[in-house]
Amino acid sequence: MADISILCPTGHLGFTPLEPASFHAGCALKPDFVIADSGSCDIGPYPLGADGQASPAAWQRHDLEIMLLAARRMGVPMIIGSASDTGTDRGVRQFAEIIEEVARDHGLAPFRMATIFSELTREQVLARMSAGAVVQGLDGRADADVAQIARTDRIVAVMGAEPIAAALRQGADVVIAGRASDCALFAAPLLNAGLSPATAYFAGKLMECASFCCEPFMGKESILGRIAEDDIRVTAMHPGQRCTPMSLASHAMYERRDPFREYVASGHVDMTHVRYEQWDEKTARAAGARFVTSEQPMVKLEGAGKVGERRLAIVGIRDPYTIENIDKAMDWARARLAERFGAPEESDWTVYYHAYGRDGVMGALEPTPPLHPHELGIVVEVVCQDGKRAEEICALAARNLFYARLKDVKGTAGAAALMSDEVLVGKPGYEWTLNHIIPVSDTMELFRTEFVTVDSSARKAA
Amino acid sequence: MRNVARLRDLASTIRSKNAGVDHITFDVIFRDRANFERVRDAGVLSRAKVAMLYNIPESRVTDFVVFEPANAIKFTIRRVRPSGSPGEKDVFGAQQYAPLFDVEV
Repeated sequence: MADISILCPTGHLGFTPLEPASFHAGCALKPDFVIADSGSCDIGPYPLGADGQASPAAWQRHDLEIMLLAARRMGVPMIIGSASDTGTDRGVRQFAEIIEEVARDHGLAPFRMATIFSELTREQVLARMSAGAVVQGLDGRADADVAQIARTDRIVAVMGAEPIAAALRQGADVVIAGRASDCALFAAPLLNAGLSPATAYFAGKLMECASFCCEPFMGKESILGRIAEDDIRVTAMHPGQRCTPMSLASHAMYERRDPFREYVASGHVDMTHVRYEQWDEKTARAAGARFVTSEQPMVKLEGAGKVGERRLAIVGIRDPYTIENIDKAMDWARARLAERFGAPEESDWTVYYHAYGRDGVMGALEPTPPLHPHELGIVVEVVCQDGKRAEEICALAARNLFYARLKDVKGTAGAAALMSDEVLVGKPGYEWTLNHIIPVSDTMELFRTEFVTVDSSARKAA
Repeated sequence: MRNVARLRDLASTIRSKNAGVDHITFDVIFRDRANFERVRDAGVLSRAKVAMLYNIPESRVTDFVVFEPANAIKFTIRRVRPSGSPGEKDVFGAQQYAPLFDVEV
């Protein structure tokens, strides 16, 4: 069987613009598929919970346009997953609209587009729970109860390769998928070509972050994978990058707890016995993955819920005595806030003082906070259901540092420098409420696929 | 002091990053196989040692793996709150590795 080749230009479409030169170098090698993931949980819970996007629309269009024009010119399918950062229904529709817009702007010949939706309502999840499904917690979380679902504003189910593979079999030239396992986007066409799930999902795992699996470190550069059964060869497309056994292996363990297992809806890839070798100057080869099919397919659910409105203020401190006693100053400030607004745990407000210059980056994980930092920058963060109240609490939380009463302070005109006496409106605070899995009888059942023919000439005539 | 090196001098990559929304994972990768074996065999990185370094109970170190194919030592710690929650300081978990630099080998 001939190799299947896949070109991947970016590990998070739209997050920063992809680099066209190495992508076009990859296109010159005539790939069979052009594939990129657009989602990540790294951006925090806000975009999912509030159903917004983390990437500017202009960059999303930039990446989609470059990929679509190349894919249509070459006549090969293009697959995009986790549309618009989160893979909500809004994200899928938004990307579908961009595709239609690009097709119209460039007068592209008609093609078939599949959109695959993966959002679930709270009611759908609750109905499954009532019917006996246990929504199991991942990563040490408790199983979800009704209250946990109620605290969740938005839920997406994470698809495996099956819905995408089905859309391709039904003739989709472009697939815009909701939330999907990154590796599933790559696995879908490989499974359709008859490759094993082990090869298909493992190839996806290696390729999903594009040039991150090559060296030296560069983002947003293209890579080309050539895949046959148990034979995955990944090549760097940027002239200054190589794919090596080390770079490929170190990517296989990237941003995961367990470097040996990758879970998808239908089972997991076992990478324990994978072997890596240098194939040519810019290419590394991997083989030896296994796939363990689950008796009970489980689909991952991601959910985010609002905690409250957020306000921020920034203050600086230079007085060495105040810096030395900053914890006392913060305690004093907190006590005064509690006097006015009630105990935080009973009165729906929370204040966080982030002390940059001491432990603002690591908090309690910081093993060596400096005893005598030269100056401190303190970001005051307040969360409260009511925005007006959050603003008032935040203003006082900042000014209380200014008025902090420390016994031997010499500067009696103000204990803090207010960069500007203002309270900044932060995005509302959200929390990841669901990092769970739910049993399904069919890995397709939570996902809905729609087809449309994108015909720019018809639109123009209309 | 004879033959003492610091991890920063032996490892080619020392990084931290989210592993899902509830964990931060740390990778220490060695370009040089001998350096990898030296650190691996010295036992200066272990579940107990990293728990002590970050001043957390050992139970929060959920994973500790020697990953031979990448000449790497990898461990994972559980966050107190999920990434990006109010009060959290590092939404990507990308700046938590610095204390590893000065680990003596």
